[in-house]
Amino acid sequence: MLPTPSTSHVPYTLVYEPAEDSFLLLDTLSSPTSLTFHTSHFPPSSPTPLVLEIGPGSGVVLAFLTAHANHIFSRPDILTLGIDINSFACASTAKTVSLASQDHPTTSGEFLSAVQGDLTSCLRGRQVDVLVFNPPYVPTEDLPALPERLREKKEGKVTFEEESKLLELSYAGGKDGMETTDRVIDSLGDVLSERGVAYLLLCAGNKPEAVKQRIREMDNAGEGRRWKAETVGTSGRQAGWEKLQIVRIWRE
Amino acid sequence: MKLLTLNFLTCAVKTCKSSSDSFPLHPKDAELASDDVEVNPELLVNLLPRLDWKALKTTSAEVFLPSCIYPLGFPQLPDSPPTIEQLQSDDKLLKDLHSLLMETNLMEGKLVCGVCGHEYAVREGIPNFLLPSHLV
Ligand SMILES: [Zn+2]
Repeated sequence: MLPTPSTSHVPYTLVYEPAEDSFLLLDTLSSPTSLTFHTSHFPPSSPTPLVLEIGPGSGVVLAFLTAHANHIFSRPDILTLGIDINSFACASTAKTVSLASQDHPTTSGEFLSAVQGDLTSCLRGRQVDVLVFNPPYVPTEDLPALPERLREKKEGKVTFEEESKLLELSYAGGKDGMETTDRVIDSLGDVLSERGVAYLLLCAGNKPEAVKQRIREMDNAGEGRRWKAETVGTSGRQAGWEKLQIVRIWRE
Repeated sequence: MKLLTLNFLTCAVKTCKSSSDSFPLHPKDAELASDDVEVNPELLVNLLPRLDWKALKTTSAEVFLPSCIYPLGFPQLPDSPPTIEQLQSDDKLLKDLHSLLMETNLMEGKLVCGVCGHEYAVREGIPNFLLPSHLV
């Protein structure tokens, strides 16, 4: 078991606290079968992979991937980047990753930055080799919006209403819990490099079989290639269904 | 944020993306900081093929303008990217690239789009790409 990065500095009133979904990502991404996949997909002397996590929150997953790069990707030369809409999550992520990186200097990749942004809107096209997304997946009536004041500045005391909005943003997924996830799925063809792989967390309420089928039928895989979507990690059985699962998405 | 991050970012305004002037973003009033990172030649060699060299040259020229706070010295980049052999045999170039890509951080300032002119703030090393509602 690779050690889980410390997040004791993270303000959990403002940033999503690592939970079962985060730990499922850690287990799945560091499994022997993931290592085999990564090693053949990103062989040691191929160009340095760029790893992006969307919505890193506390930064626990991105810090894990960065600090243990050599164990997870069989090479320490990876670049990592986190994009979160919540500025407090960005600050937490930057700190969590650099602390974990310092703790594991011989196996660690290079952390580029935490960026405050809306999903992948600020990225140059087709640069991401590994995309990780633990989305706001809980089915809800509405999709929350970031309070206007928190888009620009973080000065001043955060009100109780703003706090609850920030936490709501981290879990509320709108219709089927898929409104935000669907935007990311639709952008995969533009965001991933030719060899790019995405890891997406889904809950049972997201109708994962239908989601995977929709991905396989997307038509922008490129000449002679198809989208693949396979479940590579699960946790928590509930009434015969896996409560959470990780889907690996790539083209071949 | 590592200066290298600019090699992967563009303007977040949808209509800017089709224009080549939206990349790279232009640093303004940049405050830099330098990290002490151990040189890793293998990383630089593997990174080389995926860099946009022209954009990197632009970034390094702009961020080190005399008007900016610059405590580090001027790495001079060649016009075209070195080959792996050149990089491996040129110690100075290797060190310059290492210092530029792995050690230089942009802490405060702005990132300006060459198309729409929007200025993205960088505070405490974190750039903010959220757009005001009228641009979304
Ligand atoms: Zn623009």
